[in-house]
Amino acid sequence: MNIHEYQAAELLETYGIPINAGKVATTADEAALATQQLGGGSGKVAIKAQVHTGGRGKAGGIKLVGTPDEAREAAQSILGMDISGHIVHKVFVVPAVDIAREYYLGIILDRAARGITIMASSEGGVDIEEVARETPEKIIRVTADPLLGLQDFQARMVAFGLGIEPQLMRGFLSIVRSLYDAFVGSDASLAEINPLILTGDDRWLALDSKVTLDDNALYRHPAFDELRDANEEDQTETRARANGISFVKLDGDIGCVVNGAGLAMATMDAVKQQGGDPANFLDVGGGASADQVAMALELVLADPAVTAILFNIFGGITRCDLVAKGILEARTRVEVNVPMVIRLVGTNQEEGRQILSEAGITTVDTMTEAARGVVEASRAG
Amino acid sequence: MSILVDKNSRVLVQGITGREGTFHTGGMLEYGTQVVAGVTPGRAGKAVHGVPVYNTVAEAVAETKPNVSIIYVPGPFAPDAIMEATDSGIPLIICISENIPVNDMVKAYAHVKAAGARLIGPNCPGLITPGEAKIGIMPGYIHKRGRVGLVSRSGTLTYEVVWALTESGLGQTTAVGIGGDPIIGTSFIDVLELFEADPETEGIVMLGEIGGTDEEQAAAYIKEHVTKPVIGFIAGVTAPPGKRMGHAGAIISGGTGTAAEKIAALNAAGVEVAERPAQVADLMKARLSAQLRAYLCSARMPFSQHDAA
Repeated sequence: MNIHEYQAAELLETYGIPINAGKVATTADEAALATQQLGGGSGKVAIKAQVHTGGRGKAGGIKLVGTPDEAREAAQSILGMDISGHIVHKVFVVPAVDIAREYYLGIILDRAARGITIMASSEGGVDIEEVARETPEKIIRVTADPLLGLQDFQARMVAFGLGIEPQLMRGFLSIVRSLYDAFVGSDASLAEINPLILTGDDRWLALDSKVTLDDNALYRHPAFDELRDANEEDQTETRARANGISFVKLDGDIGCVVNGAGLAMATMDAVKQQGGDPANFLDVGGGASADQVAMALELVLADPAVTAILFNIFGGITRCDLVAKGILEARTRVEVNVPMVIRLVGTNQEEGRQILSEAGITTVDTMTEAARGVVEASRAG
Repeated sequence: MSILVDKNSRVLVQGITGREGTFHTGGMLEYGTQVVAGVTPGRAGKAVHGVPVYNTVAEAVAETKPNVSIIYVPGPFAPDAIMEATDSGIPLIICISENIPVNDMVKAYAHVKAAGARLIGPNCPGLITPGEAKIGIMPGYIHKRGRVGLVSRSGTLTYEVVWALTESGLGQTTAVGIGGDPIIGTSFIDVLELFEADPETEGIVMLGEIGGTDEEQAAAYIKEHVTKPVIGFIAGVTAPPGKRMGHAGAIISGGTGTAAEKIAALNAAGVEVAERPAQVADLMKARLSAQLRAYLCSARMPFSQHDAA
């Protein structure tokens, strides 16, 4: 689960990390008021769009202002802005800070090392993935032993690797430790501070934070439910998840209903190869019941862009006869006004095809045929 | 020969009294797999499809000597089950469970590794050596004993390719599902190494998908260490970045993990990558017959030279 920057900052603060405290505003007036209240220090504040995507700065979603009036104007332009398909509903108003140095500090779930890795770089404030690609030598990586946790010497390796002076070491090490504790304690899969800055008067401050929480561990953190932002979630995706279906909305017009994630991706690819564009990724799940299939069809049909639907079911645990019944049942629940191309193979395929053919629905044998058929059907319609 | 499992595998089912555990124990027994024991805490003395149930893995091991464990318990309890199997000395642990908290998995993996055991999965369909042992949830009847080793991150996509291999007559030595999670016990490389060393396996099929860099690492390994023909397939060419495609590990993040990168890495390592799943069988067939022709030609060489002289 993704959370907003201001939520990540609040979370890190509970672990003792010094953050740049600010205020959240949902209207331009609130942003102006927050600016007035925060107006100490240099007098300037930053108005930052709160959306679950990167590239806010480049998109104009972060503005530096000096007065409440300027803040109102800036917030007005940022609120409602579309940043890579995410509409801005909130801004985070934070005091501008005198920056002497910027660092990147992140804790990641390291798939290759199969562990938890601390990543740091003196190239802070920029896109760390770009640094990793272009100048990997500028990134320090230390993997913690999952059973022993992060050790002090490992945090020191990070600090010395960044060339941090002895008199600044204590504060830095404490932040590394706290970030690791926050990662483990909140069951995160990513916790990063970018940039972590040193101010002109030698104070460490987390200026921007990002935390991604592990969906599979949310059951033991009921309080995190409050961090969920319905505005950031596709309603169909949420409804699908509640029914044990994996669904991802895409831009095309060919609806896909498939069992299994790998096969679902391969099906989208097959549609594309035939010149079509998939409208969604959908994995109906293992051992799909008739009810599940009916729900899947409803989800796909909820998208008005869909002009044809492809069913690709390889029955293993999933029985083809049940899938066939599900398709018929779905037709009684929702109006299916687009052509459907159905490929049904595997366990009980004859029974499944029989059920469908009695209802006047034909099936095809191969994935390629199915993909070609659905693309043709969508063009004909 | 085959890899990892065969007719001598003695299987323990952890979570045998659960819905999934009971159902798939039936399927494994039907296939002829030796399922010797099950474990569900608090259910000792019961039997599932005639298989005795124990409270702990240690008791099951003492009584029935299993050498493989398969885990069907719900995700939150799976790391504990993995560690229990490890501590009871079971050398091969197959974890079917999905939705495991990833930080727990990192610990369980470290524990398994320290003990020198092997974990396959989690979030995988298991593995099968056709005609000998099915230890997983795959439909047995689509498999056929044969010449090709298969390793995959997926479930139904694997069945699709297995079926194509069976229909083409190539069949499988062993098919291994390594799982769709970000942290998995056995990687492509581990299985490639086993297939390379298995005399019965003539060619290897590797089914990958978006997310992580396991396929890229496998490509580098193939270039250096694998002499047998490898045919690949990568799912998710059309997957958008930043979106999890069903599997927890199937996500393009920070520009890495794209299908295009993986296909390029495999091609650079001399691996042919199929454009659609069923094509894998055609490509493998062509490679194996080309190899046979080359072998026959080289075997004839001395005679043709003699003839020329």
